[in-house]
Amino acid sequence: MAGELVTLIVIFVLAMFVGFEVITKVPPTLHTPLMSGSNAISGISIIGALIAAGRGDARTSEILGLLAVIFAMINVVGGFLVTDRMLRMFRKKPGDRP
Amino acid sequence: MITAFTELLYLLAAVLFIVGLKRLSSPATARGGNVIGSAGMVIAIVATLALSGILTWRMILLGVVIGSATGAVLAQRVQMTAMPQMVALLNGFGGAASALVASAEFLSPLPTVGVGAPPHVNLTVGLSVLVGAVTFSGSLVAFGKLQELLTGRAVVYPLQKVSNALFLAATLAGVVWLVVQPENRVVFAVLAALSLLLGVLVVIPIGGADMPVVISLLNSYSGIAAAMTGFVIANHGLIITGALVGASGIILTQIMCKAMNRSLANVLFGGFGATAAVGGEREKALAARGVRSVTPEDAATMLAYANQAVVVPGYGLAVAQAQHEVRELADLLEKKGVTVKYAIHPVAGRMPGHMNVLLAEANVPYDKLVEMDEINPQFSHTDVALVIGANDVVNPAARSNQTSPLYGMPILDVDRARNVIVLKRSMRPGFAGVENELFYDARTSMLFGDAKESLKKLVQEVKAV
Repeated sequence: MAGELVTLIVIFVLAMFVGFEVITKVPPTLHTPLMSGSNAISGISIIGALIAAGRGDARTSEILGLLAVIFAMINVVGGFLVTDRMLRMFRKKPGDRP
Repeated sequence: MITAFTELLYLLAAVLFIVGLKRLSSPATARGGNVIGSAGMVIAIVATLALSGILTWRMILLGVVIGSATGAVLAQRVQMTAMPQMVALLNGFGGAASALVASAEFLSPLPTVGVGAPPHVNLTVGLSVLVGAVTFSGSLVAFGKLQELLTGRAVVYPLQKVSNALFLAATLAGVVWLVVQPENRVVFAVLAALSLLLGVLVVIPIGGADMPVVISLLNSYSGIAAAMTGFVIANHGLIITGALVGASGIILTQIMCKAMNRSLANVLFGGFGATAAVGGEREKALAARGVRSVTPEDAATMLAYANQAVVVPGYGLAVAQAQHEVRELADLLEKKGVTVKYAIHPVAGRMPGHMNVLLAEANVPYDKLVEMDEINPQFSHTDVALVIGANDVVNPAARSNQTSPLYGMPILDVDRARNVIVLKRSMRPGFAGVENELFYDARTSMLFGDAKESLKKLVQEVKAV
């Protein structure tokens, strides 16, 4: 059990470093889409929400799971769509379609 | 229950998120990157639904339909000027989802979490609820401030820091208690309630213009909350992804603080912008000097005969929703042979990169937007600097006046341009509550009025020149 926890911590720490490396290369002009996009990605807790809502073991868990699915889906769908809406507007020359 | 195959699919999703974020390093590849990221999310969701032994579908279908529809409508309807609020709201929902997942696991009869589970699992439940709930309520307060449902001023009261520290200590004690007595549901409920309250209490003392920092920080929290939930359900995908987002928020927070020359502690606990500063001797002397106001006609002439004009947009541009008018004016000037550039301060607007999005919406090509370090040496050979609704980020006191609260903050050196035209509604000071020497400079002309109206007049006059 302790070994498993250590593995999880290792993954967490290494992923933080990957995050730092990748994000520092994002130029300031894209910081707003970066925030909304990374926000959409943090909606990954949808995985846990789906599992909790679909296990059907206890009423309370099921209802909390339902709320979690709603919140996470708003986060995911809203986040990716609004990021796309913004990125669609960034053009190098007037009239360019990226 | 979760098979090795599902785990591999989650890994694939995490890899796609990383590749997607990497593509955000250039505006040319960014849109594709976002598509790759969303593909990762689809894979993660489908893998969960198909392979993790879902038993009842009713709640899932209901939740997915309501959530997706709401998200899609929000994303379509939101105005670009309201993007900071939108991100704050989505952030809050992400935090809430993480806290709710941890709660659902804890309260379920499963042996792996809650009663009978190893202490470290229940510890992560406590942390997930704490961080998730703080993210949720804190983001809602930030949303309220940005949407102007709540006062944008910092709300401060006596012993605030002490009481907030006590609240934090109580919440952490609640986490420990939960580990010791996982069967006690009252502890769980109290922990959740305290965490929600804590989120409100830590954000209300922060002023509206410091929201870029708060949103970045809450962004980081929503990632950390997701990662904590990953610990609860031992899911590598959640941990990797949560850590990525956590890192992203931390970096943006650092960038914002540096751009204001303030420490994170000062932003969070300084109560900056609680009251307007009392004018010192220097400021009274300034006010006595008076400002020079200019007619749209004269301003248009100055602009039309310039070789180079630099537009400096600020929050006032967003409030007036004047991005399209700026672009129209710039187009006209360019037709008359004026070189037009845009100078972007890192904390202009209410979130990092906000001005860039607004100008992109108005069809301004992104290579015309110049960052602070690059544009500053160019002001000395700029004929006209056109400041639209920006204040503190162009205040020369940041360079020269050691007693100013702005002292040391990197600014746009607008005062080095040959002429400065400032579009502003009134002489009201900016967020920092200090007078701006720039407005009293001999080279500065003030054009008072709503930014959108003033720009429309300028467009008319430039056409007539």
